[in-house]
Amino acid sequence: MGTETLYDISLTVNGVVREARVPARRLLSDCLRHDLGLTGTHVGCEHGVCGCCTVLLDGEPVRSCLTFAVSVDGHEITTIEGLAAPDGTLSAVQRAFAESHALQCGFCTPGFLCTVTALLNENPAPSDEEILEGISGNLCRCTGYQNIIKAVRRAAELSAEQERDGTGEAAPAATGAAGAPRASGATGGATGE
Amino acid sequence: MTTSLFGERVQRLEDPRLLTGNGRYLDDLGRDALAAAFVRSPHAHARIREINVDRALDVPGIVAIYTWEDLPERIGEPLPLLIPHPALTHGRTARPLAKDVVRHVGEPVVMVVARDRYAAEDACDRIEVEYEPLPAVVGIENAVRGEHLVHPDVPGNVGAHLVQEVPSADGRSAAEMIEAAPHRLEFRLDIERSASMPLEGRGVYARWDPDDGSLRVYSSTQTSTSVRMAIAAKLGLPLPKVEVIAPDVGGGFGVKIMHPWPEEVLIPWAARTLGREIKWTEDRREHFISSAHERGQVQYVRVGFDDDGRILGLDVTFLHDHGAYTPYGIIVPIITSTQLLGPYKPGAYRVEFSSVYTNTVIVTPYRGAGRPQGVFCMERTMDRIAAYLGKDRTEVRAANFIQPDEFPYDHRLTFQDGRPLIYDSGNYPEALRMLKELIGWDEFAKERERAAAEGRRIGIGIGCYVEGTGVGPYEGGHVQVTSDGRVHVSTGLTSQGQGHQTAFAQIAATELGVPIERVSVVTGDTRRFGYAVGTFASRAAVMSGNAIALACRKVREKALRIAADALEADPGDLTITDGIVHVKGNPSASIPLSTVAVLANPLRYAFDEEAKRATQFATAASDDKPPVAEGEEPGLEGRDYYSPVRSTFAYGMHAAIVETDPETAEIKVLRYAVVHDCGRLINPMIVDGQIHGGVAQGIGGALYERMVYDEHGQLLNASFMDFLMPYATEVPRVETAHLETPSPLNPLGIKGAGEAGVIPVSAVIASAIEDAEGIPIMKMPISPSELFHLRRTASARVG
Repeated sequence: MGTETLYDISLTVNGVVREARVPARRLLSDCLRHDLGLTGTHVGCEHGVCGCCTVLLDGEPVRSCLTFAVSVDGHEITTIEGLAAPDGTLSAVQRAFAESHALQCGFCTPGFLCTVTALLNENPAPSDEEILEGISGNLCRCTGYQNIIKAVRRAAELSAEQERDGTGEAAPAATGAAGAPRASGATGGATGE
Repeated sequence: MTTSLFGERVQRLEDPRLLTGNGRYLDDLGRDALAAAFVRSPHAHARIREINVDRALDVPGIVAIYTWEDLPERIGEPLPLLIPHPALTHGRTARPLAKDVVRHVGEPVVMVVARDRYAAEDACDRIEVEYEPLPAVVGIENAVRGEHLVHPDVPGNVGAHLVQEVPSADGRSAAEMIEAAPHRLEFRLDIERSASMPLEGRGVYARWDPDDGSLRVYSSTQTSTSVRMAIAAKLGLPLPKVEVIAPDVGGGFGVKIMHPWPEEVLIPWAARTLGREIKWTEDRREHFISSAHERGQVQYVRVGFDDDGRILGLDVTFLHDHGAYTPYGIIVPIITSTQLLGPYKPGAYRVEFSSVYTNTVIVTPYRGAGRPQGVFCMERTMDRIAAYLGKDRTEVRAANFIQPDEFPYDHRLTFQDGRPLIYDSGNYPEALRMLKELIGWDEFAKERERAAAEGRRIGIGIGCYVEGTGVGPYEGGHVQVTSDGRVHVSTGLTSQGQGHQTAFAQIAATELGVPIERVSVVTGDTRRFGYAVGTFASRAAVMSGNAIALACRKVREKALRIAADALEADPGDLTITDGIVHVKGNPSASIPLSTVAVLANPLRYAFDEEAKRATQFATAASDDKPPVAEGEEPGLEGRDYYSPVRSTFAYGMHAAIVETDPETAEIKVLRYAVVHDCGRLINPMIVDGQIHGGVAQGIGGALYERMVYDEHGQLLNASFMDFLMPYATEVPRVETAHLETPSPLNPLGIKGAGEAGVIPVSAVIASAIEDAEGIPIMKMPISPSELFHLRRTASARVG
């Protein structure tokens, strides 16, 4: 068996340019977790159903377990590690999840946080129906979803309050737009195979 | 004034970490470790003819390949039978890697270790195993028929057979009581297999330290202490040279109490053999075919009752499918057989079960652990009796309740812990009253009429259960106050999302009178606490909660003793508020706990300003007494254990309103109400969360989830595409109300809550569908197409 061809890719992850050398079949989830050390993104099924691995690709939620790392070369990725403000202040969505007891084991939580962040960016005041629709692609085995739904409502409220007060972030999400690179909990730089 | 945090909706201390990607689950560890992958049997039953690994040897990155023949004797032997029982006459366990014969799809045959998982799986793909397929035994009734055998030396495929019988007060058997009863019914009830299905699968990561001769193992387990003992025994290592840590665990729900899994033995062994760090992370398909399932039972009921619906005699015979091996014994059918009695007191009771082998994945407890089947049995029986007598279903239940003045109530049966089944406390009539009010039971008839007028079909259902929680033998707690005033709590059992760090910190903060921010809790780390049993049977809060409270009381007593000396006061006059020991009613005469911690540890060397105060020339210790007084130990810390005489019994009652579509037979849960009593609540927010999650799993088990095996023993739906776990769109909002009947058995008066939500759901939903449709629902789960067919059969019978 021959050795695999490796490709150099460059991703902007949580506002920081990160480089990696990966084979074509390397999943984005594995690249984030094992090449870049960003283990906050979780893998629950590796077939795109559970939603644990959801990250934001140029602001849109995607399943990182169904995405090849080479296919997002040059794009912007936001993971759970990039949702809080640079000073560590939790985002409205993160705070709402804590307030509402919307997580138990926490394994599905990164996917929910990314999904809900994108949902509220697009629709800051979703109806109950829209909330249900918005989170209907993510599995949770612990909470029964009741408190997650509550947390989405609460996050919308918190974001609206912030907007009104003109404090904090305007949008509930750190979008990972260009800016000064910052430490984001990532360890190491590019690692090859 | 000390604010009690016990009973408060305190936000979880776990959350900041888990909300920012800073949780550490098994696969987040060991970034540079080698990866293991397994070749697993594609056949349900087959003889292994030959294994050829040649083509895998040139896969880049390959490190090692192991078959059973490569394992040393102790590693290759059958894994332990964890819970032996006299009735389990034919217990059989698997070897870590199959020798000669495989007995279910997914059984591990070859282990590959490679640079990463991609390379390891490449190698697995190139390993050729030649099998000679043998006839597969699939389905409970095929197993009982015994035409083919799972194990050649287990006749009739029966692993265990158990009968328990409780005669009536005047000594008559259940059979006699049933014969003599004014009314009799007889029917069959089926429940299919489901599984715990945590979103994080299993995983093991082992680090061998060759210099130290020690092994550190991380496992996504519900019992790190017992995994540690199993590994030490298997590898022949001295126990102190093995440490096992359960890191953040992404859900357990029972499946991770099973141990040692083949991988929990093989990965540490290979790590030591190769002198390398090795990690194995289970993928989803592996979890479906190589971990454990539960619930599959066929149950036959005979019941005799009087005109009020009081059960005079109850006879239940059931068959339990335990899969290919019995490493966890027969705990699940034992629980069904004892806990199906719920809040009721039948005149006489007889239960008999056979636990049988099939060529399918093993069965070990899944949240509820045999209770959902038992409750389905009893609650369907209640509904059958009510239908037969034309009575309200709640009336029949009320007629059979154990009354509040009858506690402790002895069922004269042996429970899963080998101890008598004696209920400690409860108030069932009050819970039923609350439930009827919460769901609007008495007004539902009108609601149904209104719906019918609109062409809609709705129905209401009910289910009651009692759950033995907090089973022994024991748990312990260690509490240490350090000289910075921080409180370090540890307990040996593990956490999988129950919020133990918060609930236990609430207990410690309340007991010690310190702010909760100063308390940190470690669970499931044998480096911190070596003696424990594990997290299962809704036992963590009861067992470790009480142990930690007792340990805190020791620490508090010691702190007051030392502070009394320093303040020249009587310990009885002192109290602790906000981390400061002071004379009651005189806050100025005070000393911080941090200083007490310094004084508790007489020092020779000063390593910081605080420590200086405890050194030999700084203290005014008496010259004729030893610095550490007789009977004392240095340090402000305490350790204690809680070991109950028997389990404590929580209970609950659920009701649901469902709507069934007259055309499509789609089933929708419109409302779901829960009345729950787990004694004193430590954190109502966490308890409600446990109930919500349990109900959601129950809804999955009632309407969507099942393991679909074909006749060859292939699991046809081994992915999240086909095994339908509920999303937010399928789960109703749960309305909860609590009763708090304290347990008289433990110092905190608490009962377990972890499994509560899931237990009666199948019974409740069946009851509601039956009410909506007027067709007996005797099998769960039920899909729209099954309901559709039931309708057809029913109308054919009428027509």
